[in-house]
Amino acid sequence: MIELDNVAYSYGGGELLSGITFGLQPGSFHFLTGPSGAGKTTFLKLCYGALIATSGEVRLFDQDVRSMTRDDVAMTRRRVGVVHQDVQFLDHLPLADNVALPLTVSGRGALDEAANLKELLNWVGLNHRADALPPELSGGERQRAALARAVIMSPDIILADEPTGNIDWEMSQRLLRLLVELNKMGKTIMIATHDLALIRAAKTQVQARVLRIANRQLQLAGADL
Amino acid sequence: MKMLKLRPSEILSMLMGDPQADRVVPPTGFTARLTLFSAGVMAFLAVFAMALSMASGRLAQRWGDELARSATLRISAPQEQRAAQTEAALRVLETTTGVASARALTSEEQRALLTPWFGPDVPVDSLPIPQLIEITEDDQGYDAAGLRLRLSAEVPGAVLDDHTRWRRPLVNAASKLRLLGWLSIALIFAAMAAMITLAANAALAANAQVIAVLRLVGARDTYIAQAFVRRFTLRALAGALAGMALAMLAVALLPSAQDQASFLTGLSFAGWTWLSPLIIPLIAAVVAFVATQAAARKTLKGLR
Ligand SMILES: Nc1ncnc2c1ncn2[C@@H]1O[C@H](COP(=O)(O)OP(=O)(O)OP(=O)(O)O)[C@@H](O)[C@H]1O
Ligand SMILES: [Mg+2]
Repeated sequence: MIELDNVAYSYGGGELLSGITFGLQPGSFHFLTGPSGAGKTTFLKLCYGALIATSGEVRLFDQDVRSMTRDDVAMTRRRVGVVHQDVQFLDHLPLADNVALPLTVSGRGALDEAANLKELLNWVGLNHRADALPPELSGGERQRAALARAVIMSPDIILADEPTGNIDWEMSQRLLRLLVELNKMGKTIMIATHDLALIRAAKTQVQARVLRIANRQLQLAGADL
Repeated sequence: MKMLKLRPSEILSMLMGDPQADRVVPPTGFTARLTLFSAGVMAFLAVFAMALSMASGRLAQRWGDELARSATLRISAPQEQRAAQTEAALRVLETTTGVASARALTSEEQRALLTPWFGPDVPVDSLPIPQLIEITEDDQGYDAAGLRLRLSAEVPGAVLDDHTRWRRPLVNAASKLRLLGWLSIALIFAAMAAMITLAANAALAANAQVIAVLRLVGARDTYIAQAFVRRFTLRALAGALAGMALAMLAVALLPSAQDQASFLTGLSFAGWTWLSPLIIPLIAAVVAFVATQAAARKTLKGLR
């Protein structure tokens, strides 16, 4: 689904990532760890086509990212749900409209999906906040809203960057359960996180693999965590 | 850039609007009012420039017509010398550079000219009426002073009547004024395009986060551009309509033309040309459409 072939990336200084070869298998569940500043967010951005590799090739659904038109990029974003580390919403629209935004911009009337939307908000526990504006939400509420927005198009792949960064243990357990549930429905999941406890908790629920970025390389971490 | 080319059907559906797409861009009260106001002012000025152009155009046309009409040579001579002097005058005229043709009026023509004054039964031939010679100039025109000199030597009874010639420089001036009017209209529209581009850029910059979010959740460039283009096009259209209506009212209230030749009192539209300012709001809308489209394209290009 996503393939990286000998990929390197640099923001202009030295190489941040180099010689990365990796293929994301359908239905898999990955964690991505590494020290702060190692390049987890950068790696995810390469995976969903927001950044273009400085060398090597990235293929998204069998299409070379470099050859994608801007419309191709837009279409790809409808198939890859992303929970961004710094979640941004349209601050003038209520939460429910923000969650439905991917439907709106892809021309699928949010009206037809009203029942789905309600169910989804229920699922992330935000039904009572549906009419709140994004600036009125707590950090945890924003992250759950971001997850809801990432999955509303029913994407094949969900990439979550520190989805539990702002929330307490109980809430992150809840969020993890949502992601595991999505994985059981056949979605491919990759979560970037520092939280080793979260990874351990996940391993009791799902067969998760752990990737680690160290020394500019992507390594498969051992089973022992 | 290919992705921002719109088909006519898309332009239509864009102007009809998609309430959902409209909501994704937050309302921008101040920019909106500024755009509306500027478009109105520009349309107001454009209507006046148009009235000016058309009035000076009409003036140039009328005066030009009068100029093109022939000058006349009048031969007042005793009856027995008239034919000879007419002959002599025609010979002089034939050899004058700048005279395209010269023709003595027949007595029927002369009688027709006099009928309004003396009635149809006057025996023109027996009256001591001067013989008239019609002179048609070519484009260069002739040297009136030189012609008079030659005539006074060879045809003592000839009087050259060229009272319309003094208007020649005025016709030129009126034509230039018309050109200036159209140039003003072009400049007004250029200024409006610049103003709308600035307003659109400001709105796009103020909404950078909105645009980034829309792009992140999978909006295509056309979708994002439309949300802005539609607003600015409709605003420019509405503002220009209001400005045009006010300007036309003002033109209609100007004192009407008493003296046909007077330029200032003729500053108005005539007949069907009252419809011509209607094109101004349309041009304003097209200008806004193109300007906003370009501004949106530029903003989106910096964003993946
Ligand atoms: N747009 C940018 N321009 C230049 N340097 C950047 C840019 N974005 C990130 N970096 C740098 O690249 C490095 C990797 O950043 P990245 O965000 O990928 O790290 P991360 O592993 O996600 O860190 P964290 O765990 O803190 O989120 C950092 O040193 C960062 O300062
Ligand atoms: Mg990061």
